[in-house]
Amino acid sequence: MLTDQAGKGVHQGTPGPGQSAPNPLRTGGNLLQLVSPEGDRISHPEFDVWVKDIGDEQLCSLYEDMTVIRRIDAEATALQRQGELALWPPLLGQEAAQIGSSRSLRDDDFVFPSYRESGVAYVRGAHLSEIARVWRGNASYGWDPQRINLATPQIIIGSQSLHATGYAMGVQLDGASTAVLAYFGDGATSEGDVNEAMVFAASYQAPVVFFCQNNHWAISEPVRIQSHVQLADRPTGFGIPSMRVDGNDVMAVMAATRVALDRARKGGGPTFIEAVTYRMGPHTTADDPTRYRDPNELEDWAAKDPILRLHKLLEAKGLLTEDVAARVKAKADAVAAELRSSCIDMPDPQPLDVFNHVYSTPNSWIERQKDHYSRYLNSFNQPVEEGAL
Amino acid sequence: MSKLTFARAINAGLRKSLENDPKVVLMGEDIGSLGGVFRVTDGLQKDFGKHRVIDSPLAESGIIGTAVGLAYRGYRPVCEIQFDGFIYPAFDQIVSQVAKMHYRTQGRVKMPITIRVPFGGGIGSPEHHSESPEAYFTHTSGLRVVAVSNPQDAYTMIQQAIASDDPVLYFEPKRRYHDKGDVDESLDLSTALPLDRAAVVNAGTDVTLVAYGPLVKTAKDAAMAAADEGISVEVIDLRSLAPVDYPVVEASVRKTGRLVITHEAGQSGGLGAEIAASITERCFHYLESAPVRITGFDVPYPYSKLEMHHLPDLDRILDGVDRALGRPNSLSGLEG
Repeated sequence: MLTDQAGKGVHQGTPGPGQSAPNPLRTGGNLLQLVSPEGDRISHPEFDVWVKDIGDEQLCSLYEDMTVIRRIDAEATALQRQGELALWPPLLGQEAAQIGSSRSLRDDDFVFPSYRESGVAYVRGAHLSEIARVWRGNASYGWDPQRINLATPQIIIGSQSLHATGYAMGVQLDGASTAVLAYFGDGATSEGDVNEAMVFAASYQAPVVFFCQNNHWAISEPVRIQSHVQLADRPTGFGIPSMRVDGNDVMAVMAATRVALDRARKGGGPTFIEAVTYRMGPHTTADDPTRYRDPNELEDWAAKDPILRLHKLLEAKGLLTEDVAARVKAKADAVAAELRSSCIDMPDPQPLDVFNHVYSTPNSWIERQKDHYSRYLNSFNQPVEEGAL
Repeated sequence: MSKLTFARAINAGLRKSLENDPKVVLMGEDIGSLGGVFRVTDGLQKDFGKHRVIDSPLAESGIIGTAVGLAYRGYRPVCEIQFDGFIYPAFDQIVSQVAKMHYRTQGRVKMPITIRVPFGGGIGSPEHHSESPEAYFTHTSGLRVVAVSNPQDAYTMIQQAIASDDPVLYFEPKRRYHDKGDVDESLDLSTALPLDRAAVVNAGTDVTLVAYGPLVKTAKDAAMAAADEGISVEVIDLRSLAPVDYPVVEASVRKTGRLVITHEAGQSGGLGAEIAASITERCFHYLESAPVRITGFDVPYPYSKLEMHHLPDLDRILDGVDRALGRPNSLSGLEG
């Protein structure tokens, strides 16, 4: 039995013979929602306590972060269209899922993202140039993972769920209270690695949170191709409790993530969160959703916009003063300007950098090829001797 | 100096690594109370605990993928893949993650992971238990690949592999597990032959014969048989398959002018092709004849009643030596 701050409602048990596995974290098939799309605060007997510290100032701060990362997203998309980035995976529509979850983490927690978690990187403290450089083609990593406890973006779908589980096994060996969180999407739940990660996490009761952003689309494939049941129903078969939350409701996302992180820290083992959200943009800037997506669907989801919803809540509470609005806008403008300048001013890598860090120790094959390519490059600087041609 | 079987020598090396570094953890299927299907990890879980010698679920990608996470956390996982033919579910994690993480993060994250793989045939097993998949990994940048051929190297090189900050695929010749040899357990790793170096295990002057893993013994036997006919064969135990220690092979070929390479893996795109090409590039003018490859055929590993035809043996290697020397051989008259 696991006790939580409220002392009720959140626990796990072992099913007896003939019983179906209890899953008290499940919300009865309904989405956990603490703020309605109309911006009304919905009280919840079990989850309210997990966000009781989110006062006016915190709400404004969440609103600011969500607005800023939407602005980062828009600026990066523009930079791609202008040829300054090679590619960009937009996060438009997923701001509440990313901010709500990442703002629930402690500094010593460790996060394994996919490639779309630029908002998480921003919250963890990645520099804007670090967020941009992978997509500009200047490096294959963004930030120093050990500096901000955030692994480098993972492009192989679902691969990082195993890394997170292994890291969590290491946390257990260390006897630390760190929690580990893995981000992945609805498509990833079909991957063997995600399923193997759940097997390992359950077997060793590893302190890991599987945070699935169900944004309904894996490039052109709707989520129904990935799963015949709700994604949140899958982990229960592995003995992993799960929650299905409104991923466009930053309060609900925070509450659920905090519950899961707390379970992890207290030895309660893994938890799965399905954050139901929507990818309002293309898969990447190379994608064209008009080929496969009904425009009405986008319209429906626009009405559930995560920022609009918080905006309405703040307005209703009288918190969105001119001062606050101006401050948030100024912050977003400044961040966008810095993203742009740091992207454009980024120095190009040098040709021989291609050979660096393949291995951590000297390697005769790489050194020989580096030497030969260096000679080749230098050959362009040699004067051509008379008669040599 | 003690007399140990190959399997016990690896076991002793693993034990030493577990003793010397608390960050070393072993993971794999059946490696705990059973001690592994080949008993290589026998007794280690009893002595070091279930938290350091971990029986893992039957999921090879899971084993390697969680090892990546453990390495991220500062651990040195040693993963056992039960049989060569079972490694493919882990291929993605090895190639896309283990091999590339250091490069991807430009050195910020190291992957000191050792992947032990019993490999090769000759034990009469059904399908998937006798393969030689090393070329997939020697072709993968970011990995170090070694194959051990004797108990002393097995003991030393497993410790060197674990101590390496780079990931190492450590191939163990399963048909040699019960061979005994002298093992100096007091050997200092810092003075031992480095992990990426080849060794001349039989000096000779007429032909260079390159082998690794299970075929080193066969190659040495072939050299002895050739000596009876007055042919002096220099046998090189490659030890490191990636990178190959070309200076050692090159020095030998400059001396002998003839090169035979043997491995159990199929010929096309195999390590023998790479060595033949590289040696031809590096010392073409010293070669008296074309390099010769004596290898497994380009067929799936055959059912066990036929494996003796597939595996290079002493006579096939000697036939290759004859080809290199221009002596009468099975292909006389065919080659131009």
